[in-house]
Amino acid sequence: MAAGVAAWLPFARAAAIGWMPVANCPMPLAPTDKNKRQDELIILNVSGRRFQTWRTTLERYPDTLLGSTEKEFFFNEDSKEYFFDRDPEVFRCILNFYRTGKLHYPRYECISAYDEELAFYGILPEIIGDCCYEEYKDRKRENAERLMDDSDSENKQEGSMPSLSLRETMWRAFENPHTSTLALVFYYVTGFFIAVSVITNVVETVPCGTVPGNKELPCGERYAVAFFCLDTACVMIFTVEYLLRLFAAPSRYRFMRSVMSIIDVVAIMPYYIGLVMTNNEDVSGAFVTLRVFRVFRIFKFSRHSQGLRILGYTLKSCASELGFLLFSLTMAIIIFATVMFYAEKGSSASKFTSIPASFWYTIVTMTTLGYGDMVPKTIAGKIFGSICSLSGVLVIALPVPVIVSNFSRIYHQNQRADKRRAQKKARLARIRVAKTGNSSAYLHSKRNGLLNEALDLTGSTDDEQHISKSTSLIESQHHHLLHCLEKTTNHEFIDEQLFEQNCMDSSMQNYPSTRSPSLSSHQGVTTSCCSRRNKKTTHLPNSNVPATRLRSMQELSTIHIQCSEQPSLTTSRSSLNMKSDDVLRPNCKTSHLTTAIISIPTPPALTPEGESRPSPGSPHHSTNISTTTSNVVKVSAL
Amino acid sequence: MLTLEWESEGLQTVGIVVIIFASLKLLHLLGLIDFSEDSVEDEMEMATVRHRPEALELLEAQSKFTKKELQILYRGFKNECPSGIVDEETFKEIYSQFFPQGDSTTYAHFLFNAFDTDHNGSVSFEDFIMGLSILLRGTVQEKLNWAFNLYDINKDGYITKEEMLDIMKAIYDMMGKCTYPVLKEDAPRQHVETFFQKMDKNKDGVVTIDEFIESCQKVSNDKCETFSYSYQLAKWP
Repeated sequence: MAAGVAAWLPFARAAAIGWMPVANCPMPLAPTDKNKRQDELIILNVSGRRFQTWRTTLERYPDTLLGSTEKEFFFNEDSKEYFFDRDPEVFRCILNFYRTGKLHYPRYECISAYDEELAFYGILPEIIGDCCYEEYKDRKRENAERLMDDSDSENKQEGSMPSLSLRETMWRAFENPHTSTLALVFYYVTGFFIAVSVITNVVETVPCGTVPGNKELPCGERYAVAFFCLDTACVMIFTVEYLLRLFAAPSRYRFMRSVMSIIDVVAIMPYYIGLVMTNNEDVSGAFVTLRVFRVFRIFKFSRHSQGLRILGYTLKSCASELGFLLFSLTMAIIIFATVMFYAEKGSSASKFTSIPASFWYTIVTMTTLGYGDMVPKTIAGKIFGSICSLSGVLVIALPVPVIVSNFSRIYHQNQRADKRRAQKKARLARIRVAKTGNSSAYLHSKRNGLLNEALDLTGSTDDEQHISKSTSLIESQHHHLLHCLEKTTNHEFIDEQLFEQNCMDSSMQNYPSTRSPSLSSHQGVTTSCCSRRNKKTTHLPNSNVPATRLRSMQELSTIHIQCSEQPSLTTSRSSLNMKSDDVLRPNCKTSHLTTAIISIPTPPALTPEGESRPSPGSPHHSTNISTTTSNVVKVSAL
Repeated sequence: MLTLEWESEGLQTVGIVVIIFASLKLLHLLGLIDFSEDSVEDEMEMATVRHRPEALELLEAQSKFTKKELQILYRGFKNECPSGIVDEETFKEIYSQFFPQGDSTTYAHFLFNAFDTDHNGSVSFEDFIMGLSILLRGTVQEKLNWAFNLYDINKDGYITKEEMLDIMKAIYDMMGKCTYPVLKEDAPRQHVETFFQKMDKNKDGVVTIDEFIESCQKVSNDKCETFSYSYQLAKWP
C-alpha cells in the first residue's frame, strides 16, 4: 500500500459505520494495536546535517539499511542519534524515498557516487521512479561503456604481465597487434593478403588481350593457373589464421558465434567447395555464384580499420531507424508502382508492363536517380511521377539525421577514449609515483628509526620522541606490519637505487673474492638479481652446503661488501633487533594507541586482520630472530 | 541466347545470395550466431548481491567483541564494501594497498579462503567478525587452529610440503624485488625445508594439526613475546 493512502485508513474505517445497519453477520473484532509504543522521532545525523523522521516512516521498507536493525550499528549512544558519514545531498533523495515511496535521481549527481550511496543504504536501483529511470539507465550505460574502454586499455597497457600461457599470448597478439612485433608482422601480413585477394578477384574479370579466335577473354581465364595459385595462397593464409584464432580463443564457442569468424568462414568456404565440386556442369552455375562470396574478404579489413568498425557499430545501433526507413520506402514503392501501372496502362508500347516492372521506375525516381529507361507518357502518369519523386526525397531524408547523430556520438566516444588512453600513461605514472612514495615512506621511517637508535646510543633522548611523533599512528602501524613481514622472510626492503647498486656491487665483487664458497654465493646472487626479470630458475652451485649456513655466509659476505660502502646499514642490521622491541614497547605503554586502530574507517580498520597475520608466522618469527642474533654477533666480530 | 544464359545465372546468383542471408538471419534468430560484440547490457543486468548482517546483539553473543567494537568494525567494513560482502577481487585490492612493493594477490587469495569459512566465494561481515574474534580474542589453541586452517590450502586436515611451499612463495612474493639481501629463487623452498623438518615429527610427509600445534607451542614457550604481540592488539577500549 502506498505511503499516502495509509493516512486515510482511519477515515475509511470510520465510514464503515454505514454498513452496520444492513450487516448480516456480526462484525469481526478489530485488531488491537499490540505495539503500544508511541511513534518516536528518529534523528539521522548525516555528516553534520540532521534529518528527522518518524520511526514508522523508515520501517516501511524493512529490507533496507534504515528500515532494519542494521542501522543500530550506526547508533551513537552519547548523542542518541544515528550518525552516517556519507553525502548529505544524496541522503535527501533517499529519505524522500521513504517518505513518498518514489526514488528520484538528481541530474547533477554523478552516477557512480549515486550508485554507491544506493548500495550503502541497501536500496535497489530498479525502484527509481519512471520520471527519472530513463535518465538513470542512459547515464549508467554511458558510464559502463567508458569503464569498459578504460579497463580494456588498462589490460593492454600493463607492462609486465604474469607469464601467460601460449594460448593467452596468442589471443592477446591477435586482438591487439601492438603488443609485440610478431603480432604486428602478422597483422600487416594478413592485411596485405586480404588486399591481394580482393584485387585478384577484381582483376580476374578484366578482359586482357584477345586470343586468336577473336574472343575477348577475361584475365582470369587467360592466366588461369596464376590466378589459381594466388587464390590458393591467400586461402591458405586465411585458413591458417582462422585455425590459429580458433585455437587461441578463450571461449571457442563464443568465438565461433561472432561476426568476424563468420566472415572468415564465408570468405574461405567457396574455395574449398570449389575444390570439391570440380567441373560438374550442372552445378557450375552455383559454383560461379559462390565466387561472389569471395568479396566478403574485404570485410576482414574491419579488424584492421577502426573506422569500419565504428561504421558497423553505428549501423547496428541504428537498426531500428534503418528498419523504419526500409519499411516506409517499401510501402511508398508499392503504392506508387501500383498507381503508375494503372495510370500508364492506357498508353501504347508503355514500358510499365506489370506492377513489379514499375517497381524499378519507382525506386529510381524516389531515390532521385532518374535513369530514364522507363518514362511515363500519359499526363496522369507524369503527375504521379512527379509526386513520387518529391515524396521520395522526404521519406529518405527523415531517418538520416538520426543515423548521423548516432554515428557522431559513437565517433566522439571513440575519440574521447583515444584521448583518455593517451592521458592514461601520464595518470599511471603519477599513480606509480604515489605508490613508490608509500614504500619510500617506510624506508624513510626506518632510517629515522636508526637515527633514534644512534641518538639513543649517544644518550640524547628528547629528540627521539620528537622524531617518532612525526609519523601518524596509522603509518607507524603500517610500518610495523611491513617490519613483521621482513622478519618473517629474513629479508629487508630497500629502495630501487640501493637495489641496483647492490646488484652492480655484487657483480663487481665477483672478481676480487677470497673465499670460494662466497664466490659461488655471489654468482648465485648475481644470476638471481639480474635474471629475476626473466624469471629464470637458478640453482646454487654448492647445493650440498646446508641451507642455513649458506644463507648466513651469503649474508655475511654481502654485509662485508656493504661495510665498505655504507656504514649506516651495518648499524641498521644490528639495531633492527632492538627496533622490534622498541616498537612493541609503545604498544604496551599507552592503551589509547590501540583504540585508534579501530576508530578510523577504511583500510586501517582492516589492519587488525592484517597485523594478526604474523601470528601464523610467529614460529618462523622466533627462529629467525635466533638466526639474526647469531649473524649480528658475527658482524660485530668483523 | 547468351542473355538468357546470363539471366538464369544472374537469377541463380541472386537466389543463392538471398538463401544464404536468410539462413544467417535464421541462425541469428535461433541464437546460434551472435552478431553483437560483447554487449555492455549483460554486465548491467547482473543483480548486485546485497547482504545484511545479523543483529548487533546476536553478533555480540557469538563473538568476543563488545557492541561498540562491533559498531566501529562494521562502519569500516561497510565503507569499503557497501554491498555488505567482500568478494575476492575487492579483498585482494584492499590487501595489496598495504604491500605496495610486492605482489600480495596470492597470499590474499589464501587469506580469503581462510576467512570464507562456508566457501561461497564471498566474505560477509559475520565471517569477518568470526575470524577476527578468533585471531584477536581467541585462545592460543584457537589461533593455532586458524593458522593451521590457513596453511591447509585444500582443507583436508593435512599440511603437505607443497601447500607450505605455496604459502611461503606467496609470502615471499609480497616482499617484491627490491630486498636486501637479494631474494633468491629458492629462498622459499629452503625456508620450507627448515620448518617442515621441525614440524613433521613422524616424518610421514604431512603435518597434522596436532604436530602443528605442538611444534608452535614448543617454540612459543621460548619466545613468549611473539604472543604478547597479539595480546597487545587485543587490548581495546
